[in-house]
Amino acid sequence: MQLKPAKLINILFILFFAVVLPVGNMLGLVSVNSISLWGRYFCFAIAALGIDLIWGYTGIMSMCQAFFFCLGGYCMGMHLLLKATALQQQLLPEFMTWNDITTLPWFWEPFHGFVPALVLSLLVPAAVAFVIGYFIFRSRIKGVYMAIITQALALSMYLLFLRNETNLGGTNGLTNFKTLLGFELHKPGTKLGLYLVTLAMLCVAYGCCYKIVHSKFGKVLQAIRDSEPRVGYTAYRVLHYKLAAFVVAAALGGLAGMLYVPQTGIITPGRMDVKASVEMLMWVALGGRGNLKGAVIGALLVNCVYSYCTSVFPQGWLFILGMLYILTVLYFDKGFLGLFEKIGSKIGIKTNSERYATGSK
Amino acid sequence: MLLEVNELAVSFGGVQALNLQHFQLEDRELRVIIGPNGAGKSTFMDILCGKTKPDTGSIVFNGKPTRGLTEVQIAEMGIGRKFQKPSVFPGLSVYENMLLATRMKKDVFTSLFSRMPAGVQEKIEAMAERVGLTSALHKQAGALSHGQKQWLEIAIVVLQDPRLLLIDEPAAGMSDREAEKTGELLLELSKQHGVIVIEHDMHFVKQIATKLVSVLVNGKLLMEGPFEEVKNDQRVIDCYLGRVNAQLEKL
Repeated sequence: MQLKPAKLINILFILFFAVVLPVGNMLGLVSVNSISLWGRYFCFAIAALGIDLIWGYTGIMSMCQAFFFCLGGYCMGMHLLLKATALQQQLLPEFMTWNDITTLPWFWEPFHGFVPALVLSLLVPAAVAFVIGYFIFRSRIKGVYMAIITQALALSMYLLFLRNETNLGGTNGLTNFKTLLGFELHKPGTKLGLYLVTLAMLCVAYGCCYKIVHSKFGKVLQAIRDSEPRVGYTAYRVLHYKLAAFVVAAALGGLAGMLYVPQTGIITPGRMDVKASVEMLMWVALGGRGNLKGAVIGALLVNCVYSYCTSVFPQGWLFILGMLYILTVLYFDKGFLGLFEKIGSKIGIKTNSERYATGSK
Repeated sequence: MLLEVNELAVSFGGVQALNLQHFQLEDRELRVIIGPNGAGKSTFMDILCGKTKPDTGSIVFNGKPTRGLTEVQIAEMGIGRKFQKPSVFPGLSVYENMLLATRMKKDVFTSLFSRMPAGVQEKIEAMAERVGLTSALHKQAGALSHGQKQWLEIAIVVLQDPRLLLIDEPAAGMSDREAEKTGELLLELSKQHGVIVIEHDMHFVKQIATKLVSVLVNGKLLMEGPFEEVKNDQRVIDCYLGRVNAQLEKL
């Protein structure tokens, strides 16, 4: 079989991140810091895949993906904190003692075990998305109203998590994690392991999303984006499809948050404010929405540039992001990926989408 | 009787858009509805397919009432709608457009996990052949010409295998040759389905109106009869004269 450029990119991607970087790390050429940084970027890429599914493919602008990300993150954070507390032979996490709380709140109880925490960090965002999504989509809220309502949700949840009474650490969030499954989090080996697990999960998430968008279900999602009424008259229950996409996107957000927390060592409400969700949308818009690779590339590239810029000229970052955004909207609406494809076609590589447009098989 | 409508009325902001005493359609009948702009023709179709909710009246389709059902439920009962402005999925290929339309289980889990039922591929190819889109099957639907989009939408509606097809202005924006082909297609379809067609183009109406033509004016049914009778009726001519559309006179 002939190797298509798309496949080649996948293989190069995995080869570089799964072999070159870890080996470089073991040889001492790549610092643990940058390994850990990439691990976190992968988390963002997973969350971006969710956004691409709901926004890029279904055309629903959901501005609360960071909230789902944090729900997953908090679930994992609660587990890590309970473990750290037990390690120090205390009964309650420190912030609770400060807040004069004497018994562990009921909703902390399930997070003693690793497996329940794992399951809950996917289930909680999915369940919340199901309930919210059901009411939003049943009322046929669309377009800009959808964006506003999800944004309002993100803000209200942010304010809720800020409060000490929520018993989730308030402004300071959850931190002081020590171990995960007995591995000490600060050790380079653990960090490399988490990096590899995150990479693997990114590949799995990408594979699942790929299957989804290429199934008939995925085609219905795109049909909803193109012409929602027609989907209804073609006897598809639009509500069910939108809801399913929204729930899957939220679960991806939760998965990303769950992987993010042990690598960062902290989760605060600051991660779920409105700005965080907007930033996630921007990764996808810049990378190329309606294209899974675009979402991944966008999340990785923007965060890379972000890390670089904030260390070199901290004040300039927002201007650069803004410029990039304007350029994308004006000149390459298919994002970085569209730009690459344009360049590719100039030098004679025929891409999938072009073959599609001209109608040849 | 495939469709029976009684005392159907709807008004928008105090203006009576439709006030239909009685309308009925036999199975496998092709009915053409004509009437000046704003006569309530499209509104009638909107109500039949569940897009607009009527204020009063009853609709019985295939022995079951459809008032109060959602678009999806009505579509599942077997009413397919082609809109005046072509409504296809521009981002998908012609093949995918037809695939989504084809009659099969349409719930989320089936769409996600199950394979395409046998025979669908052949069905789609046969339909593409019928509407002359075989060479365009893998083109993006958004890149089709206006006439081709009209045909694609007809194909989408037919592939749902409905008992009743509601076709709103199929010949609009088509050349004479294309319109004639569309007319032939509709006549052929009426051998298996009930069909209601809204049309302005009198040449086209003449071609397809093998049985009855209904004339709607100001939301009311003015008359019903064979094309020759309708076209020579003084009231119908009066309705069309004095308006831009004076085509009846020329015939």
